[in-house]
Amino acid sequence: MNKELKKHIEKYLNSNTRYDNRKLTEFRKVSIEPDCIKTAEGSCRVKIGKTDVLVGVKFELGKPYPDKLDQGTITVNTELLPMSSPDFEPGPPGIDAIEIARVVDRGIRESGALDMKKLCVKKGELVWIVAIDICTLNHAGNILDAAGLAAIIALKTARYPSRKGENVDYKSLTKTKLSIKKTPIPITVLKIGKHFIVDPLVEEEKVLDSRLTITTTKDKKICSLQKAGDEPLSLEDIEKMIDLALEKSEEIRKIMKK
Amino acid sequence: MSYKKRVDGRDFHELRKIEAKVGIIPNARGSAYFKIGKTEAYSSVYGPRELYPSFLQDPTKAMLRCNYNMMPFSGSGDRVRPGPSRRSKEISMVTEKALLPVLDLDSYPNTVVDVFVELSQTDAGSRCAGICAASMALADAGIVMTDLISAVSVGKVDDKIVVDLDYEEEALDAEVSDIPVAMIPSTGEITLLQMDGIIDKKTLLNALKIIKEPLLKINEIQKKALKKKFEIQGAKK
Repeated sequence: MNKELKKHIEKYLNSNTRYDNRKLTEFRKVSIEPDCIKTAEGSCRVKIGKTDVLVGVKFELGKPYPDKLDQGTITVNTELLPMSSPDFEPGPPGIDAIEIARVVDRGIRESGALDMKKLCVKKGELVWIVAIDICTLNHAGNILDAAGLAAIIALKTARYPSRKGENVDYKSLTKTKLSIKKTPIPITVLKIGKHFIVDPLVEEEKVLDSRLTITTTKDKKICSLQKAGDEPLSLEDIEKMIDLALEKSEEIRKIMKK
Repeated sequence: MSYKKRVDGRDFHELRKIEAKVGIIPNARGSAYFKIGKTEAYSSVYGPRELYPSFLQDPTKAMLRCNYNMMPFSGSGDRVRPGPSRRSKEISMVTEKALLPVLDLDSYPNTVVDVFVELSQTDAGSRCAGICAASMALADAGIVMTDLISAVSVGKVDDKIVVDLDYEEEALDAEVSDIPVAMIPSTGEITLLQMDGIIDKKTLLNALKIIKEPLLKINEIQKKALKKKFEIQGAKK
């Protein structure tokens, strides 16, 4: 069935249009709702078209890793909730959820967005662990880009809870925000046949030849890459995809400022 | 001791602010959002769809399968570990039992109706909010129903019967009992009844009488939300 679907989608792409009447490199409408969850220390809801993703940030106290005694940590977790799509089932995270969590994690970690040293409370003994949880409300393609965007904005809105020794009082948040130095934005570019598209729909994700998620910072540095799909990419392909990702991430940054 | 004024200043029988919407999850056959105070529930319905493994199929009716889940950041304290817990499994079960009496599942033999309830933020009363949302989502999905279930908690704080307790009220250093109730509005029959705390028979029966009016109020809000969706659709045509 996917073969027929692919033919159909390629036919559209050949005439420079998409299933939903978009241009090949056009994003759907992006809307951002920061600080929407009262029980979380930081949160953000991002909609891209009909894709709807909720990200919450919670702080926990814990022990540092033995090789980084003066640093806190972050953990990213994705729940592809069965509520959001007939294709998702209850149960522990599958490979798709794990990939989304790890790519978002890598973008934040490797860009140096978060100053991990500031998360240290007492060297070698007590640090903050920042848990970033991604939950899907509706899956209409491109969850990764929505999740990555929501995650970094949720971190920006997050405030430390107050702390007495090793006890956290989540009821009263302090005014101190996390120290965010970079804004990594992931953009996923799909290759279907000879075409490159951004912000894919579920149908397009089903027939992709290859996919490259490129996370970039404002100064146009690449801070994470993830290639997927069954087909290889040539160097020219990769260059085109990176250029496209840089261009699109600029657009997203402009929407963020509003 | 006497409980003079509620923690958040509400009247003793007053509900928190309610917001209700349907059709918020485009992928689902039916969906709903129900917010009461700071407790926020989403629900979506998939099906009737094929049920596997097939030995679970019932040739006389559809199976109702509810799944209650708290998002990891939805607790007012520590992060909630993802995945099912004993608590969430129990709540899923009582949600099923609360909804079943109004559903006509005979029309869909061998299938399953999946109801997912997700809490994005909570401040007590999450199972009741979940049931309200689920009931609206089922109606939105067009499942044959005889009535729309409404639910809220009632309880006793010291000597006063209070409606719709929030977390701070539940945690008061007083004699507190918390009774989540779901009702079939047209008959007044009760489909969910649980309790934490201590209460005597007379007060309990009185509390169950008092809760009827707030439940009817909730029911009106649920119906209004459902009607609103179809009004808008009508106007577009």
